[in-house]
Amino acid sequence: MVALPQTSPIAEAPSGDRQGRARQIRALLLLGLGLAALLSLGWGAADDTRVIGAILSGFGLETGVPVRDTIIVWDIRMPRMLTGVVVGASLAVSGVLLQGLFRNPLADPGLVGVSAGAGFGAVMAIVLGGLLPLALQARLGLSLVPVAAFLGGWASTLVLYRIATRHGRTSVATMLLAGIALAALTGALTGLVVYYATDDQLRDLTFWGMGSLAGASWSKLLAAGPIMVLALLASPFLARGLNGLALGEAAAMHLGFDVQRVKNFAILSVAASVGAAVAITGGIGFVGIVVPHLLRLIQGPDHRSLLPNAALLGAIVLLLADLVSRVVIAPAELPIGIVTAMLGGPFFLWILLRNRNLVEV
Amino acid sequence: MLNAGDINVKLGGTTILQGVDFHARPGELTSIVGPNGSGKTTLLRAMTGEVPFTGEVELNDRNIRSMKPHELAAIRGVLPQATALAFPFTVIEVVRLGLEAGISAGRETLPAMALERVGLAGYEGRFYQDLSGGEKQRVQLARVLAQIWEPVLDGAPRWLFLDEPVSALDIGHQLTVMQLARDYADAGGGVVAVMHDLNLTAMFSDRVTLMTGGQVAASGSAEAVLRDDHLSRAYGVSVHTSVPPPLGGIYILPQAATSPGLKS
Repeated sequence: MVALPQTSPIAEAPSGDRQGRARQIRALLLLGLGLAALLSLGWGAADDTRVIGAILSGFGLETGVPVRDTIIVWDIRMPRMLTGVVVGASLAVSGVLLQGLFRNPLADPGLVGVSAGAGFGAVMAIVLGGLLPLALQARLGLSLVPVAAFLGGWASTLVLYRIATRHGRTSVATMLLAGIALAALTGALTGLVVYYATDDQLRDLTFWGMGSLAGASWSKLLAAGPIMVLALLASPFLARGLNGLALGEAAAMHLGFDVQRVKNFAILSVAASVGAAVAITGGIGFVGIVVPHLLRLIQGPDHRSLLPNAALLGAIVLLLADLVSRVVIAPAELPIGIVTAMLGGPFFLWILLRNRNLVEV
Repeated sequence: MLNAGDINVKLGGTTILQGVDFHARPGELTSIVGPNGSGKTTLLRAMTGEVPFTGEVELNDRNIRSMKPHELAAIRGVLPQATALAFPFTVIEVVRLGLEAGISAGRETLPAMALERVGLAGYEGRFYQDLSGGEKQRVQLARVLAQIWEPVLDGAPRWLFLDEPVSALDIGHQLTVMQLARDYADAGGGVVAVMHDLNLTAMFSDRVTLMTGGQVAASGSAEAVLRDDHLSRAYGVSVHTSVPPPLGGIYILPQAATSPGLKS
C-alpha cells in the first residue's frame, strides 16, 4: 500500500508506557463531556439556573420553573444534546475502526462508500420522494430521508464488501479502490438527480449535505440511537485485533487473531453506525479523522484506550461545534458540517505542519 | 515434529512450489536455502498458512488446517522478512503485542527480557518507526520471542519460523540472533529459518534443505547438503567449501570467473 505521511507523537516517557496517560486523558474527557453537555442544555433563551431546575422538574421534582422551560430543555435540547453525543462518538469511533482496518491514518467513512451511499439515498428521497404513493408518503412522513440514507449507506457497503471478498477473505486494498469507484458512481447519480431537482428541493439538499443537529428529536433518536449505541459498546472488543492488524494481516493471524472476523465486525459496525448517524444528522465531516489523529498524538495508537477516548472526544467536539453553530448567527443556525470543517480543516493542517519535520514518508 | 507433504503453491497462474516435502524436528535448527526465486520464503509461508497451498502440513502431529489461529499462536511464532507498522507504536508496545495470544509465564517482565535478549535493552520508549532496519527486525524478533518464550510448554515443543532473520543485520548482531535461534533449539524448541548466508547456515544449522526452481534439490544434515557440487549447481557459480582449522566448521567461498583478489 502507498506510504502516507504520518506524524510522530509528542514527547515520550522512556518506559514507552502510555497507558497511565491514556487513563488521565479519559478522566479529563469525561469531565469535559459533562461540561459540554451542560453547556449544550443550558445555552440559549432559558438561563442557567432555570435549566437546572427544568432538568430536575423533568424527573418530577417541584422546582417552580415555568413549564415552557421544562419543555425547551427536555423536548428540544435534551434529544439534541444526546444526538450530538452518540453521533459524535459514532463518527470518531468509526474513524478509528476504519483507520485500523485500512492501516491508514487518513481513512474515513467516506472511503468505504457509507457516506456516498447514504447521501445518494437522502437525495433520492428529497427529490423523488414525491413520486411515492401518497399512503406510503404519509406513513413515512419526516423519516423518509433518514430511512433512505440509512438504506443507501448499508447497500453501498454491502456491495463493496461483496466485491472485495473472495474465498472468504476480504481484501482491504480492493475495498479501498472499489470504494473510490463506487463513490464516484453514486456521486454522478446524485448529480443527475440533483439536476432534476426543483429550487426548494435544492435548498433542502444543500442543508442536508452540510449536516445539522437542529432536526434532532426523541423519535429520531430512539430509532437510530440504539444502532449507534450497540456499535459503540461492541467496539472495544475489536481493540486488540486492530492492534494486531497494525503489524499487517499475516502477523495478526500469527498472533492468534481471527483476522477475517475482526474485519467483518469492524465493517458491519461502521456501516450500521455511520448509516444511522448520517440518517439523522446529514453529512458531518472531519470528526472521524481529526479526533483519532489528535488522540494518537497525545496518548499513542493503542486501540484499547484509543476507542473509548475517541468516543468521548468525538462527543465533546460535536457538542461544541453544535454550540458554535447555534450561537454565531443566533437566532438563525449554521449547518454544523460548516463548523466542523471550518475548525477541523485549519486544525488538521496545523498539526501536520507542526510535525512536518517528523513526518516519515 | 513439523511434517509438510506434497506442498504445491500456485500464485497468479505460476507454479511456485511443486511437490515439496519438508520435515523439521524439535531440538534442531533446520535451514531452507537456495537462490532468489527458488521458493524458500513461499515454502515458509505455505507452512505458516499465509499463502494458499495444496498438500498437508502437520505441526506437533496436528494438521494445521484443523487448528484455530489462537491454537497455532500458542505453539508457533513467525518472524516476517519485514514489517511495516501502520501507526506510531513505541518499541515496548510492539513487543507487548506478542503477549496478545501467546501463553507465557511471567508476562509482565517478559517484553523487557525479550528486548534484552535481542540486544535492545533501553529501547522501550523509542518509536518503532524511528529505528533502523536492523533494529526493527530485532524488535520484531523480540515480539515473536515474547509470544513463545518457553521453547517447551506442557511437554510439547514450540516452533520459531524465521524468514531471513539476519538479512538486515551487521555481523555482530547476525551472530547474536543466530545464537538465540540455536539456543531455542538446544532448549527443545523447533527452529525453521529461511537463510541467505551460507556460512551462517553452516555454522548454526543441524539440517538444511536446498531449494531450486520450486523443488527440493537436496535435504539432510548440513554437511551432506552444503557441498561444492550441490551449491554450484543450485546457485550457478563455482563454489568451494572447505573446513579451515580455526573454525572447525564448513566454510563456503563462492568464486567469480574473474576475481582479481582470488587465485585458485
